[in-house]
Amino acid sequence: MALKRKSKQFKWHRKHLLGLRELSAEEITYILDTAEGFEQISTRSVKKAPPLRGKVVVNLFFEDSTRTRNSFALAANRLSADVIEFTEKASSVSKGETLLDTARNLEAMGIDIVVIRHSAGGVPRFLSRNINACVVNAGDGFCEHPTQGLLDVYTIRKIRGTLEGLKIAIVGDIEHSRVARSDMWAMTKLGAEVIFVGPPTLIPAQVNRLPVKVSYSLDEVIEKVDVINMLRIQFERLGGNPFPSIREYSHYFGLTVERMKRTKPGIMVMHPGPINRGLEMESEVADGDNSVILQQVANGLAVRMAVLFLVNQAAAQTS
Amino acid sequence: MNCELLIKNGRVIDPANGIDKKCDVLIVDEKIAAVGEKTQDPSLKTQDKGMVIDAAGKLVVPGLIDIHVHFREPGDEEEETIASGSTAAVAAGFTSVVCMPNTNPVIENETDVEYIHRKGRKTRKTHVYTMGAITKGLAGVELAEMGLMAEAGAVGFTDDGEGVQDPAVMLRALKYAAMFDVFVAQHCQDNGFTGNGVMNSGYYSTILGLPGIDPLGEEAMLWRDIQLVKKFPPERIRYHAQHISTAGSVELIRAAKKDSLPITCEVTPHHLLLTEECCAEYDTNYKVNPPLRGAKDVEALKQAIAEGLVDALVTDHAPHLQSEKELEFLAAPFGIASLECALGLYVRALIEPGILDWPGLIRLMTERPAKIIGIDKGTLGIGKQADITIIAPDAEYEIDVNKFRSKSRNCPYHGWKVKGKVEKTIVGGEIRFEA
Repeated sequence: MALKRKSKQFKWHRKHLLGLRELSAEEITYILDTAEGFEQISTRSVKKAPPLRGKVVVNLFFEDSTRTRNSFALAANRLSADVIEFTEKASSVSKGETLLDTARNLEAMGIDIVVIRHSAGGVPRFLSRNINACVVNAGDGFCEHPTQGLLDVYTIRKIRGTLEGLKIAIVGDIEHSRVARSDMWAMTKLGAEVIFVGPPTLIPAQVNRLPVKVSYSLDEVIEKVDVINMLRIQFERLGGNPFPSIREYSHYFGLTVERMKRTKPGIMVMHPGPINRGLEMESEVADGDNSVILQQVANGLAVRMAVLFLVNQAAAQTS
Repeated sequence: MNCELLIKNGRVIDPANGIDKKCDVLIVDEKIAAVGEKTQDPSLKTQDKGMVIDAAGKLVVPGLIDIHVHFREPGDEEEETIASGSTAAVAAGFTSVVCMPNTNPVIENETDVEYIHRKGRKTRKTHVYTMGAITKGLAGVELAEMGLMAEAGAVGFTDDGEGVQDPAVMLRALKYAAMFDVFVAQHCQDNGFTGNGVMNSGYYSTILGLPGIDPLGEEAMLWRDIQLVKKFPPERIRYHAQHISTAGSVELIRAAKKDSLPITCEVTPHHLLLTEECCAEYDTNYKVNPPLRGAKDVEALKQAIAEGLVDALVTDHAPHLQSEKELEFLAAPFGIASLECALGLYVRALIEPGILDWPGLIRLMTERPAKIIGIDKGTLGIGKQADITIIAPDAEYEIDVNKFRSKSRNCPYHGWKVKGKVEKTIVGGEIRFEA
């Protein structure tokens, strides 16, 4: 792991984590290396370290989430930060308060790190321009979900040693998936080849300008890939009628036991969760030997600790 | 002779009369009395008793006309009023503006039209005209009272903000309008293509994770309307495509004009100066409809202007509250407030790259738009009402939204340095603005 050693001389300077698009391979590797250090904390009897002691992290979630929110809360707790949960079901508009008002209010409360999830793309970036606290994107619309992207590449690197030269299929509703975008940036920057797989109705505009290949046939790519990441069908985001029926979608894009028979040995099966069992993936596959889905969740904690740690450190250095 | 005003030594540009030379303009009793060199024109020789403006080094042009503004009154006076909007307009060299009818309530009967006119007269800044709605409530279903509105002085009809979706309704609107000598304008937007989009559909909407607006939405409706226009004898109808923004629309306009169809079109400064890439930081001041497009669309629009395919330069001045623009990109309203820097923007977009010369630019901001809306303005012809703008063509200034007279600040050009400063604006022989 030459790359890993090289990254040790690297100095992290970002006080926000807004997306992976703007990160270099070196920066991504540095986060992953930092996460490796934090992974051990979870195995200790006292699962706590002091770097964020006295700091306040707010979990500002404008969209439903259980695992990401809990993962961030737990990560902040393990770093000894105080965590405030701030859940808003409605968007800031309907409440009459603008997003900027919300941000300024938080600022007035002396928040150090804002972890934000919002249904609109760009909200973390907007927030970062308008408040002094660190901003960590926990998913914005269908733009990015950087910690998911990081934990995905972390999981792959941990098992395969490197992403260099791996072929990775990301399958499903690419158009409305922030996970697909963050994965694409992280995976390709680290040297993997990414193939978006889905019906043409769920492939975004001008995808040819992205560093990916596109296939409309899971059967065509299933034999070639080292990693397959099955996206969740997000019924809440699907506009119109992008495919005729769930049944037909599963027929073409579901990861079934049958399809698994044709894969490379040792293929890694991933899913950002929560799984629609029987739709994008059959239960036997989700719980099978090739599935790393629960490892993804476990690794997510270490990655989020690393992110909180690094942005806080960068903020301390700039102030 | 009561009230006289002599503008001396300026470069007088009057495209309608083929004038572009250094000479004087004499205004007597609110009207243009003479244009010429002092030595040649006897009526100019005698004048030295009224007021004299020395316009040496300046351009003296017909008052600028913007046929596409949103002054938000009635209904959204916190964003703009006819008073604040026309104060901004006159400071930007405009002597006539045309308000869009998508207010609250919508301008859809003669009382509404008269209300706009009355507010405009009361402010005494620019001439304020209005268009009326094509359909009641801009709902695209029932025709509004176009005839009565035209009688009350509405200069045309549009559902701007919305396109008329139903082809049967649009056909009916064109047929009905043919009974009067009015033009029908369209905000070309087929909602089937547009969906819930907030920016141009393409690479940037993909990486920014924002729903896109397909250029086809504009082009499909423009194509449809052109087919409808073809059904009429050309003398019975006038159709105007508002704020066209795509290369495809330019192609359609080019073909329609080649066929001598009675079709005109307009372009805004933002579609000439900005591209979809500007949305990359989610700055809502770049959220506008039609959305900012790609570089090839900008080039196509400039080419269209160079070829003479574009009939009017407009602003689509769309003021919004700062608090509304401080929302997430998905939720913020569409619109750019650019009235007060429009001339400088057009100098940047069209004169500096050599696409138009000054007479060419002035023509598209005076004579041609006046013709579209059918008003006897936009020229310095003898006997015309004296609407004149005096411009310092090379004076550079920095656009500062905090100095806007408009109530709104949603302008992405803040901090830009542009040339072409309005020195004086004369409306009906009266100096209404002085820098």
